[in-house]
Amino acid sequence: MAWMSWTLPTALFFMGIAVILVGMTTWQIISPCVERRGFLPLATTRGDRLFIGLLSSAFIHLAFVALTDVNIAVATVLCAFWMIILMRWG
Amino acid sequence: MQTKVENNKAWFLVMPVFLIVAFSAIIPLMTVVNYSVQDIFDPYTRYFVGTEWFKQVMLDSRLHEALLRQFIYSFTILIIEVPLGICVALMMPTKGRGASLALILVAIPLLIPWNVVGTIWQIFGRADIGLFGAFMNGLGLDYNYSSNPTDAWLTVVLMDVWHWTPLIALLCYSGLRAIPEVYYQAARIDQASRWAVFRYIQLPKLANVLVIGMLLRFMDSFMIYTEPFVLTGGGPGSSTTFLSQSLVQQAIGQFDLGPAAAFSLVYFLIILLVCWVFYTTIMNMQKDK
Repeated sequence: MAWMSWTLPTALFFMGIAVILVGMTTWQIISPCVERRGFLPLATTRGDRLFIGLLSSAFIHLAFVALTDVNIAVATVLCAFWMIILMRWG
Repeated sequence: MQTKVENNKAWFLVMPVFLIVAFSAIIPLMTVVNYSVQDIFDPYTRYFVGTEWFKQVMLDSRLHEALLRQFIYSFTILIIEVPLGICVALMMPTKGRGASLALILVAIPLLIPWNVVGTIWQIFGRADIGLFGAFMNGLGLDYNYSSNPTDAWLTVVLMDVWHWTPLIALLCYSGLRAIPEVYYQAARIDQASRWAVFRYIQLPKLANVLVIGMLLRFMDSFMIYTEPFVLTGGGPGSSTTFLSQSLVQQAIGQFDLGPAAAFSLVYFLIILLVCWVFYTTIMNMQKDK
């Protein structure tokens, strides 16, 4: 695996993604979700909201990196709140 | 009351595809993510730099220009290829030898390798030995794709339209053939005009294949590399240098693997976003109907 040039932050990132995917799959098996409409302008399933949340979080991080000198951890915390809001009310 | 039991064992059948995708896409993507946060000299000599490459890429004006050119290019070819592909499909014969012959003729450009397409157009566009170049100059236009950016753009766009409109045409043709005859019979009973048949029967029935066609064409054109590289080499100047060419220059030409990896990820996210917006918009339009 050395050829993949792993670092601790990227390993943690991918472990986080894997845990989220396994968690969402388990949640889906235990309690299958129904498409619904929240504050987003389209009806979404739990998986849709997760995808939208992850994609928007990536762009929020990029915007923080490009436009500010603020520590990237601030963007991560903001994105965590955004994901909670999106999954609950999106 | 009987409870519906869901059997999820069928998911195991997806496992081979998942493994292939893991090896061909997920593992390389993970490696690119790893590269994007490091200064890479070789796999064993590397230094963690955090988000530095992302900042550099996001603030690079050359990449902003390449991104703008890429969007203009992709939307231009979509605007031309989709209506043209529908028109070609509508005009193709539906029965007899004519149908087979038309299918073969339309499919020919799709069979030609990308680098050969670039070479064909490189010769075709030359004023001294190429038909297209000679024709343009015969019209009194001072056409030269290697020195004039407008001519270079015209040639690159025409080349893509020639190469890929057949894909849209064939997808639309298959979509049109799948419409049951009863729809046309009902239209004839109602004395519907040709336009009404197209607008209310054919176009709605083509929606699914058009979604696939537009997504394929957008993704392909957004990642285009070989044809413009062979035809214009990204020039004159950098007028036809698109994102993939900038990326290759950075990754292979300059061997800046870290910034190139960061650039690849930004590029990937843009493609993912635009495809998701396309797909969601079109699928929701269909749901609303």
